[in-house]
Amino acid sequence: MKVLVPVKRVVDYNVKVRVKSDGTGVDIANVKMSMNPFDEIALEEATRLKEAGKVTEVVAVSAGVAQCQETLRTGMAIGADRGILIETGVELEPLAVAKLLKAVADKEQPQLIILGKQAIDDDSNQVGQMLAALLGWPQATFASKVELGDGKVTVTREVDGGLETVALQLPAIVTTDLRLNEPRYVTLPNIMKAKKKPLDTVKPEELGVDVTPRLKTLKVAEPAKRSAGIKVPDVATLVSKLRTEAKVI
Amino acid sequence: MVALVIAEHDNASLKGSTLHTVTAAAKCAGEVHVLVAGSNAGAAAAAAAKIAGVTKVLHADAAHFADGLAENISEQILAIAGGYTHILAPATAYGKNILPRVAAKLDVAQISEITKVDAPDTFERPIYAGNAIAYVQSSDKVKVITVRTTGFDAAAEGGSAAVETVAAAADFGKSAFVGREVAKSDRPELTAAKIIVSGGRGMGSADAFKVLEPLADKLNAAMGASRAAVDAGFVPNDWQVGQTGKIVAPSLYIAVGISGAIQHLAGMKDSKVIVAVNKDPEAPIFSVADYGIVGDLFEIVPQLVKELG
Repeated sequence: MKVLVPVKRVVDYNVKVRVKSDGTGVDIANVKMSMNPFDEIALEEATRLKEAGKVTEVVAVSAGVAQCQETLRTGMAIGADRGILIETGVELEPLAVAKLLKAVADKEQPQLIILGKQAIDDDSNQVGQMLAALLGWPQATFASKVELGDGKVTVTREVDGGLETVALQLPAIVTTDLRLNEPRYVTLPNIMKAKKKPLDTVKPEELGVDVTPRLKTLKVAEPAKRSAGIKVPDVATLVSKLRTEAKVI
Repeated sequence: MVALVIAEHDNASLKGSTLHTVTAAAKCAGEVHVLVAGSNAGAAAAAAAKIAGVTKVLHADAAHFADGLAENISEQILAIAGGYTHILAPATAYGKNILPRVAAKLDVAQISEITKVDAPDTFERPIYAGNAIAYVQSSDKVKVITVRTTGFDAAAEGGSAAVETVAAAADFGKSAFVGREVAKSDRPELTAAKIIVSGGRGMGSADAFKVLEPLADKLNAAMGASRAAVDAGFVPNDWQVGQTGKIVAPSLYIAVGISGAIQHLAGMKDSKVIVAVNKDPEAPIFSVADYGIVGDLFEIVPQLVKELG
């Protein structure tokens, strides 16, 4: 059984981004880029399923600029068998990504697609659900446990107030939450091996997908700054300030 | 222009998130309808009809809506979507799960976690863990939106909308609900609490969280945690406040032993007043805290309880 894992190249999660002074976006020139953390978890899960003998092939796919190749190589160092890059300079919205992934899924015919629950740059949390809808497949979002059975997958999901378990008929979509697993570190030998794994490049036009953005970003601004606070010397002062100044207790 | 709000409910009653979403919807369109899709959910539909500003409640009842499976609820939304200019759901696990399916089927972009409505087609939403605010304009014929509940006040009671029964969409059939494990708590719900007492890695152990309990009791506060505390296994993960956990905006947020990583700040920096208790005077949390106190939490928290009387 084949598993498809979409991965996204994003600004590294440790970087504190700055808004450009002209308000056109955030400044990501010369900033460290990495694989979206939720996608690492997705790849780790797919690789573990392969190691458990339940999956025969793991295919990583990424959409975006040429440098997404690096993200795919990282994915192959974690455990993907091959990579597919959908190369475009257009800034892709989740709907466009979902359509591109549908085209790849139609061709590759995976039984399971594991995605991260959200990318830490646009914080949309949409692609997995949209892809499930376009393919007409069932979905299990925010997964913290995945059990692959015969013709079905049982997934425990993190929901507000606790956990929920659903059973889906394959083929299906799963999106990962943080606690699904602890992704492995990529080792140097695996990085070297990953360089030899196949990486195909396609264009959105070849897949017949229109990726024109639907939303217009009018501007990007800094969030409202909190006014500087004070340090209080003792608990009594703190309580009196909360009572009389802030009036919150 | 008419907006449709997807109600989050447990069949017996509405979740608070629905009320915040109605407020956002009223800013988008002149008229607001609410869809209650559930199983024996008459009580939830009746509650929706009492929300001020709601003019109609559409009630779809079927056994396969009982557990809010995204596949089934989204089919129901699509069945009635015609005629609406805006479709909104709360940006909770429930709404986030369902709405992108609807957007994809309608072939429109979804706008996630809006915090403000600037115009019926223009919205503000945080990106990069809340480090930037994007102002986005949609030219799609239907605006499909999830609403960050802390960005909007809860709609009041006082409405008297008509409840109309609509035909239930068919069961999608490829997914099944197996079970639910609800974390038990007598405290207020995290996202709705007026005061939150939150602990981080600085707590040191699961047992140490007990030191926060008397404080939470005294303030009738919900208890929260940073991702570090959750990952260390001190507390269950539904306590997590942050970009990947819950987004909260209480009137008072007390951060104890929390350094203040970007990921955590994204979940709580819209709180009205933030208090930080940390032994490290350089901790980033002090840059957002209105009141900070430097010291050992195991001394300060009990003192605080005592001082509150």
